[in-house]
Amino acid sequence: MAVKSARVQNSEVHPDIGRDPADTAAVAPLRRQGYTMRRRRQILGVAVVAPAFIVICVFFFVPLVLMLWMSLNNWPLLGEHKFIGFGNYTRAFHDQDWRDASLFTLKYTALTTPVLFVAGLGLALLVRRGTKAARFFQSIFFLPVIIGFAAGAYLFLYLAQPGLGPLTDLARQLHVSSGGSNWFSTATSALLIVTAMVTWKVAGMQMLLLLSGLQSIPVELEEAARIDGANRWQSFRHVVLPLLRPTLALVLVFSVAGSLLAFDQFYIMTAGGPSNGTITAVYQIYRTSFINFDLGYGASLSTLLMIVLAAVSALQMLLLRNSDHN
Amino acid sequence: MSHLSAIRRSLPTGAWWTASTCLAVLFLYPLYVMVSQSLKKPSEAAQVPPTMFPHGLSIQNYRTLSHTGSVSFLQHVTNSVVVAVGATLATVLLATLAGYGFSKLRFPGSNVVFFAILATFMIPFQAIITPLYSILHTLGLQNTLLGLALVYTTFQLPFGIFLMRNSFAALPDSLEEAALIDGCGILKAMYRVLLPVAVPGLITTALFTFFTCWNEFFAALILLTDESKFTLPVTLNILAANSLGGLNWGVMQAGVAVTVIPCVILYLLLQRYYVNGLLSGAVK
Repeated sequence: MAVKSARVQNSEVHPDIGRDPADTAAVAPLRRQGYTMRRRRQILGVAVVAPAFIVICVFFFVPLVLMLWMSLNNWPLLGEHKFIGFGNYTRAFHDQDWRDASLFTLKYTALTTPVLFVAGLGLALLVRRGTKAARFFQSIFFLPVIIGFAAGAYLFLYLAQPGLGPLTDLARQLHVSSGGSNWFSTATSALLIVTAMVTWKVAGMQMLLLLSGLQSIPVELEEAARIDGANRWQSFRHVVLPLLRPTLALVLVFSVAGSLLAFDQFYIMTAGGPSNGTITAVYQIYRTSFINFDLGYGASLSTLLMIVLAAVSALQMLLLRNSDHN
Repeated sequence: MSHLSAIRRSLPTGAWWTASTCLAVLFLYPLYVMVSQSLKKPSEAAQVPPTMFPHGLSIQNYRTLSHTGSVSFLQHVTNSVVVAVGATLATVLLATLAGYGFSKLRFPGSNVVFFAILATFMIPFQAIITPLYSILHTLGLQNTLLGLALVYTTFQLPFGIFLMRNSFAALPDSLEEAALIDGCGILKAMYRVLLPVAVPGLITTALFTFFTCWNEFFAALILLTDESKFTLPVTLNILAANSLGGLNWGVMQAGVAVTVIPCVILYLLLQRYYVNGLLSGAVK
């Protein structure tokens, strides 16, 4: 998302250019009028921005500061909180559950990111031809994006139910697995089912972003490469891919940030099991803060997660800046 | 020879159609299962192995759904509508005002405020849910639909403000000046002249907010504790939990269908705005 801020700045036009009143003494009253007009506009500007800003302050900036303070305290839901410095952070460092959850989240991210990327790129190349039929298919591939993770998770939970679910039934008929096998009984197969759901739900989004990147590349460039004797793959690899870099950075950050925040799908489809094998970082924060009501420790884990996410955003900006210079 | 080259030419098109159709079937299949499963008779919905096509259609699952749980299902639908529509209206109103301010009524420091708001993109609300819970508690808004709607509004505002600011910035100043010369006040000029032109941005903002709030699960799960307040995604959770003895997948899929279908209809009607807004927001 941070791409925006970088681009917005460039497109800004100074508001005062061309508006300055004449500076001869003869038009002094006019200037005063212009001055009060500008003043009024500024006051009005503050007034129209204020409501949104106040809401964001109360429900974002205040919680953000409170989170940092909470993370330095032993903060139960009821009763007094006590300042303990960086105690929560040292605890997190030695906490095996948190380490497992972090490791699993990284594993999940490492699995979904390439899968989503390949699926999204494949779909984008498929619907790239801009015909009516291509736009029709594009709408279909994008459709699951507007479905929530919760609804999608319940849908796939049914699809993959042992015995009862159509997918397990299909696997049985194809002799891929026996009818009685439960795909949620091992962390690995459960992870694969969740990944299938996420791919179904998110690939369309990646497709759309990549498609817009592809469409911004002039067709002539690729044609020129083809005329020079490059084959389809070579022109893709050496002409399209380098020009696609800003979009690639955006798409990767989208899926990395999304995967690092995974919760709904695991809460619903695996409940963190089997034997806590699919607990993600956000899931662990949820359990710490809202099952054990250890809010201070939960806040410190949130802070750690926030730092990682901010680093991902910063990395994105860095990647984009580099590609702008090339 | 010419016959052969005709085949060669049509082969990629044929392959394209085959691949696209197969993938489309793959993408639509889960939705088909959702609808067909919810319309099966309860006995057929529980059948092992499952049937591909319902042998007879029945709305029994939807009937059962409407009185599962301690509160009527309609109450949950109402909760979802109230939260999603409320947050959407609030976001659109606040984002339009602020977007107008940031693009046309600059004041000293307005850029700093704008970038502070944009910076909130970097921190998702999952990360600050713990203190958010405490603050809602302090304000007496814990376990209320108003509190949840305000939280959703907060996290949709940055994107909305960004979109609306761009919509207004794309309009020439002369348009507004003409309205001012005609004797309109600044706000009237905005309402009469600029707003109609900014409608596409407005629809995009509204759609985004609505979809996100309608589907949101994590915050609703944490911030709402009373079953009568639950929104649809959390309600699906109790549908599954209530019937742990014999999980009724027909009723479950009926619940999923009620959650999904409004979004699908909105998407089919307004996808142009949704997709364009997404691209202008994400890529620009």
